[in-house]
Amino acid sequence: MTARLRMALFLSSMAVVAAFTGWGAAQLPGFGRYPGPYGDVIDRVGVQQRRATDLVSAVNVDYRAIDTLGEEFILFTAATGVIVLLRAMRDERRRPDEEADPGRERPGTTDLIRAAGLPLATGIGLLGVYVLSHGQLTPGGGFQGGVVVACSPVVVFLAGERITVRRLPPTSALEVAETIGAGGFIAVGLAGLLAGAAFLQNIAPLGSTGSLDSSGTIAIINVVVSVEVAAAFLLIISEFLEQALIVRPTGGRGGG
Amino acid sequence: MSYLPYAVAIWLLVVGLYGVISSRNLIHMVVCLGVVQSSTYMLLLGVGYRFGAGAPIYYDVPLRTPAVDPVVQALCLTDVVVEATVMAVLLALCVQAHKRFGSLDPERLRPLKG
Amino acid sequence: MTLAAPLAPTLPLIVAAALAGARSFGVPRRVADTLAIATSVTTTALSSSLLIGSTHGPIVYWFGGWRPLPHGIAIGVGFSIDPVGAGLAVLAGTLVTCSLVYSWHYFEDVEALFHTLLLVFLGAMVAFSLTGDLFDLFVFFELMSVGAFVLAGYRVEERGPLQGALNFGVTNTVAAFMILWGIGLIYGRTGALNMAQIGQTLAGRPPDALVAASFLLITCGFFVKAAIFPFHFWIADTHAVAPTPVCILFSGVMIELGLYAIARVYWMCFSGVLHVDAGEVRLMLVVIGSITALVGAVMCFAQHHLKRLLAFSSMSHTGIFLIGISLLSPLGLAGTAVYVLGHAGVKAALFLCVGILLNHFGTVDEVRLQGRGRRLPLVGILYGTGGLALAAAPPFGTFLGGDVISTAADRVGYSWIAVVTLASAILVGGAVLRSAVVVFVGTGRGFDAFYSTRLGDEEPEEPEVRRRLPVFMIAPAILLLVSGAVVGLLPGLASHALQAAAMFEDRSYLAASVLATGAHPPSPSSPAMPALALSDLYHGVGSALGALLVALVAIHRARIPRIIRSAAAPLLTAVHGLRTLQSGDASDYVTWIMVGAACVAIAFTFGLHL
Repeated sequence: MTARLRMALFLSSMAVVAAFTGWGAAQLPGFGRYPGPYGDVIDRVGVQQRRATDLVSAVNVDYRAIDTLGEEFILFTAATGVIVLLRAMRDERRRPDEEADPGRERPGTTDLIRAAGLPLATGIGLLGVYVLSHGQLTPGGGFQGGVVVACSPVVVFLAGERITVRRLPPTSALEVAETIGAGGFIAVGLAGLLAGAAFLQNIAPLGSTGSLDSSGTIAIINVVVSVEVAAAFLLIISEFLEQALIVRPTGGRGGG
Repeated sequence: MSYLPYAVAIWLLVVGLYGVISSRNLIHMVVCLGVVQSSTYMLLLGVGYRFGAGAPIYYDVPLRTPAVDPVVQALCLTDVVVEATVMAVLLALCVQAHKRFGSLDPERLRPLKG
Repeated sequence: MTLAAPLAPTLPLIVAAALAGARSFGVPRRVADTLAIATSVTTTALSSSLLIGSTHGPIVYWFGGWRPLPHGIAIGVGFSIDPVGAGLAVLAGTLVTCSLVYSWHYFEDVEALFHTLLLVFLGAMVAFSLTGDLFDLFVFFELMSVGAFVLAGYRVEERGPLQGALNFGVTNTVAAFMILWGIGLIYGRTGALNMAQIGQTLAGRPPDALVAASFLLITCGFFVKAAIFPFHFWIADTHAVAPTPVCILFSGVMIELGLYAIARVYWMCFSGVLHVDAGEVRLMLVVIGSITALVGAVMCFAQHHLKRLLAFSSMSHTGIFLIGISLLSPLGLAGTAVYVLGHAGVKAALFLCVGILLNHFGTVDEVRLQGRGRRLPLVGILYGTGGLALAAAPPFGTFLGGDVISTAADRVGYSWIAVVTLASAILVGGAVLRSAVVVFVGTGRGFDAFYSTRLGDEEPEEPEVRRRLPVFMIAPAILLLVSGAVVGLLPGLASHALQAAAMFEDRSYLAASVLATGAHPPSPSSPAMPALALSDLYHGVGSALGALLVALVAIHRARIPRIIRSAAAPLLTAVHGLRTLQSGDASDYVTWIMVGAACVAIAFTFGLHL
């Protein structure tokens, strides 16, 4: 199809679809007038039932935990997929040390950047741990905290002068961490089954509202999920960085 | 206007899909998919909002304070992670496409036809 | 029994995670193979127990122990397991097991990650078939999709898989957004995500634009997954390049799950409100299904790349499945269920045969393979028999399913469906038979440059080209083809399918069971399966003979008198035009998705009473 025909077809059909969807959306109750009942029920009972004050986390990790399990496995599969898709091909090799590339000029880092890097990395790491551990109390949780924690080694990589991609946490350790995270979530669910309750039922002691150890398995799952998320993000980042910095075709000419 | 957020969501949908259709660069196409995904966030969060209500966080607020719907926020969190990971996989394919075909132009990678 | 429900989807997931982690410790290949096969067999067994347990009423399992509140408000996520869903889970488990057995000798270079991906894919499919919650359906749809993208692009060192995976990825991601839009809209109206609760909230009120828009978006999104026209363009590219064991899964169960989702969402959520317009909905979906079946059949016949040929035949069959579902009657749904079961085995066997050809000769192009298959007579017999089965010849399950669908269509006044299904079956079967004769007998010219798909030679999927047929490749093919016949012959299968379909379509019964509201509507009716008449058998035999005839005409087309050939020229030009639509460009595909959605939107505007 020529580009103009395609654009004409697209614009006309998109107009129809957008108009129809807009007509449908116009039958909604209107912004600001949420009718319930799902949200209202959770708002009313969530805090007493689970001693969690952050109801978004409670929904994510307790009421609808199986959705979060699926989501965590999507992340796991994506990290696995990136490893599979960016694996070494037969006509490529990995340069042992990126510094041996004569043509590539690595910008050096100054003392200022290195000095800033360490407290920044530490601060980010601590913030990540805070966010993930307080997920049941204030906005936060396993996913959010895991992503923040993953940024910490990346800051080290960016600020460091001689840190190569290899010295981001090594791939095998990250894969094991991913397994612990993904399998751990299911293990928590299975623990529920073993205790005679339903899968992913909150069987850990609920503690008192507002304290760090409240809400039972929500806190445990947050930790497990954050391990998986951090490992998966670091895996994805290091795979892409490897492609950019280390993988080179044999024979010298670019592929394709 | 009480339907403006939904109109914005539909606009994002249209613009994002326009970007996908007219894209001449694979990475641009993948990022436009991200724009389309933003439209779903607007829709979900718009549906759950309630005027005069606060966040569904009761840490320092008495119980029974009116709050917005926490379920759509949880759905959005799930959605964000899901779509980010799909984009990671698609971008890995783009990287390989650049290596194999030497170009990121969708017109140039067409061995499969008919 | 209550343990099988959560374990069936999560067992493959946890083993997949374990295999990925153990990769760092260098787990031997055979251990990974065995563990993966054992897991998928166990999952199949668990799903079978769910299938048997749900025959008299749905099994309802609430995750996290969150039972619904007394007035029918669900606050947790529940699985609502009925025989149709459990049956699809069993099918998924069986096909994944076959894939794993087939790849016993496969993929030497990427350790255990292939198994991880297949097991995650299995877990996602099982959860998708069992769930009773709309957003949960979406999450596992995405998990299925991500696994599928990676599996499709697995042989990423070649160009074709890259393009196929990208097209697949972009189109199915657009589909996911459409589904999420539909979910958001319906949540805005009902404030519920549990399908039974949504259905209860919507029931009894007249349909309006919101319900129609939500149904449109969800249906069109799943149409993309189910490869319905014009949302289907990704399927040929993906099947052409995905590894053979993955193609089995895509054609055998993944696209069928797209249709399952449409049926499930329609019956559980929308049937209460759209039943006033059931006749219009039926007409629209039947037309879409018929167009899909015919376009797929024609495109199938025009291919000479065997995997693309089989991909288009899957598209054609998906159109027939949609026709069965869209008749909106238990008999139609039962026909589709039987047809799906029969088709899965046959299509998988055909893909395995093509995989064997690829490994022996390094190509799957009919033109290049001409005559070379004479060395593999067993494969040729299997392939030809598969072609007859696709032509809906008795005793295969495809014949039985097609027959039930035609009967169901008759009962609602759509007798012309029989012509559509006959024509599709003849063309599809004829295409496979034509290629069988060309490749395995050697007569006739392979299809020439009029139908040009220059794909070039493909690399064999294994390091060395084999000289002998390994048992692990040919045995699953034989078993799968035989299973296709067994489906057609098994007594009582059709009646059980009918009972399952009757329960599937009874919204108030399912809603009462799921939400445990205490009201007890009577159990769904138990209609009787109509007996097989002799005329139906003639129909089936005629279809097979028609396919043979078409194949022979195609092979000996040089001998057709010039007059007839010039009369057929406009038809061939139309077919050529159809082929140019399949451009390989993802932007085109997304445009067609929008065009399709717009057409359905227009049909809804004028057809439904909004």
